[in-house]
Amino acid sequence: MQRYILSRLFQSIMILFGVLFIIFFMLQATGDPVSLMVSRNASPEEIEAVREAMGFNRPLIVQFGDFIAGAVVGDFGDSLRHKQPAMDLILERLPATVELATTALFMAMLIGIPLGLLGGSNPGSLWDTLARGAGLIGQTIPNFWLALILIIVFAVKLGWLPAFGRETWQFLGITLPTRSVILPAFALGLFTMGQLVRFTRSAVMEIRSEDFVRTAYSKGLSDRQIYIRHILRNAAIPLISIIGVQFGYLLSGSIYIETICSWPGLGNLLAEAIGNRDFALVQAIAFFTSLVVVTLNLLTDIAYGLADPRIRYGD
Amino acid sequence: MAPILEVSDLVTRFYTFDGVVHALNGVSFDLQAGETLAIVGESGSGKSVTMMSLLHLLPMPPARIEGGSALFHDDSGTIDLLKLNRAEISRVRGGRIGFIFQDALSALNPVMTVGRQIAESLERHLGLGHEQCRRRVVELLEKVGIPGAKQRYRNYPHQFSGGMRQRVMIAVAMACNPKIVIADEPTTALDVTVQAQIVELTQQLQRELGIAVIWITHDLGVVAGIADRVLVMYAGRPVEIAPVDDLYDHPGHPYTIGLLEALPRMDAAGSKRLISIEGSPPDLMAPPAHCQFAWRCRYAFERCWNEVPPQVSVGPQHHITCFYDVNRERPRDNV
Repeated sequence: MQRYILSRLFQSIMILFGVLFIIFFMLQATGDPVSLMVSRNASPEEIEAVREAMGFNRPLIVQFGDFIAGAVVGDFGDSLRHKQPAMDLILERLPATVELATTALFMAMLIGIPLGLLGGSNPGSLWDTLARGAGLIGQTIPNFWLALILIIVFAVKLGWLPAFGRETWQFLGITLPTRSVILPAFALGLFTMGQLVRFTRSAVMEIRSEDFVRTAYSKGLSDRQIYIRHILRNAAIPLISIIGVQFGYLLSGSIYIETICSWPGLGNLLAEAIGNRDFALVQAIAFFTSLVVVTLNLLTDIAYGLADPRIRYGD
Repeated sequence: MAPILEVSDLVTRFYTFDGVVHALNGVSFDLQAGETLAIVGESGSGKSVTMMSLLHLLPMPPARIEGGSALFHDDSGTIDLLKLNRAEISRVRGGRIGFIFQDALSALNPVMTVGRQIAESLERHLGLGHEQCRRRVVELLEKVGIPGAKQRYRNYPHQFSGGMRQRVMIAVAMACNPKIVIADEPTTALDVTVQAQIVELTQQLQRELGIAVIWITHDLGVVAGIADRVLVMYAGRPVEIAPVDDLYDHPGHPYTIGLLEALPRMDAAGSKRLISIEGSPPDLMAPPAHCQFAWRCRYAFERCWNEVPPQVSVGPQHHITCFYDVNRERPRDNV
């Protein structure tokens, strides 16, 4: 297990290094960064002064080294528009995105996994039809379209939920979510829900017909014991990886959903930063979300190893 | 010896989208306490389906048991296995009848320690507590010849070799001192030397514990070594049942004769081609109203194409399902 974790950790670091490389050189490829920082009618002297001040006149490799050194401590420079450190802006928006992503994941799990279990355990039944339908709908309906429809139905027509924005309430100094998160979280989690239904269903169906389940029956175990000890435990293994990957994707913030629902999270910040050509901020967000995804993948791999002894004792 | 299991006229069918598969068409046999009965026959002849039917282990649907009885006798009386409900049959499975499956790697749960997998049936049938269970499992692992049983208790199936896994499987089957153990081709996936060890181990435990073993196999060599009696099946029907020596010396059914002739012989002169039975088994979707073997039988005559042969006795404990008397080379007149 130790070797397994170490090798995964090494891979993760290499990926992050690759991400930094791409982020840095992408910017260089889009043109002279100085032109974004000075006004349109700046004199060549002024431009040169900025170039000097920002260190853009140094060799690329030196700049890249600086960039990496900054990135390691979370310093991506100041946002061009907000005139404050990019990382501070990210951390300020992070709670909103975490709230949205976590709610979305829980909603998806709460609906997707039980539905998948019911469908997979009773193939051909009404539950199964429902599960297959939910899987199909979840994976095919575009979430931005669904968000708009939900706003029309639940906010405009019924008035049950707010149409946009994030409201929170403070309890003992802790910020807690309110019903404002329900609508965007459902729209955001729909795809994940679809995936979970499909994978849970197929995992259960596959495991039910495994030889070891027949062995369990031949030992005289009850349906319930077999379901819990032999089927669920094995079905959980593929689900771990899906939940891990999906959570990473949800946490990176959704530009569509956060924009449509005016949710003050990372996706919203990114959309704004791209519109403003605020490259320091875009770089910071790109790196930060990569970090989140890579970290979650690493944790997923570890959880996978804990759940499956074939991996744990594989080396 | 008294019979411990009496199966008669067992009929099992599979209702599939393509049609009805007549998997078992009246299987009858008995099993004496402590004996080894080998069931042989080619793939699809119904060997495994017979055993799975007895313990309700077939997926239903598509499978359906449509007739027959399977009387199981033990100290507490006689029960018909086919008439039991889910709760009742689950007390028989693992408790009074143990099962050894073919491929132990897929037949054991990959994410559960072998100790737990053996302990499960002890908890279920003997109601042992945690510590008692552990002790009994270690004892069982030692009994089936797994070195370092105390440590191996916590290991997972993939950490064992093929032969060791099959030993674990045997420990699972024998855990609760069953009266009958059904071994469904337990040596097929193993190499020859390990096969011999598994056969030997099973025989040793059988003698020690007084278990009756039903040994399903393709391997006529294994049969000669271990069986007391042999049941030959063809197309979901027993064609011959006889004590093992009698069967090898005086096979009475043309199919059995074909099977024995097909055995490669080390002592045969020259390099003759292997002998095979011409043709292939019948389509179980549309069973004919005559002898199923008639198409492939070199002795088939008119009657074989018109009637289904009944079982006839040709000696003590020797029954065949055939109209033709191969010894006298003419049709039987007593059926």
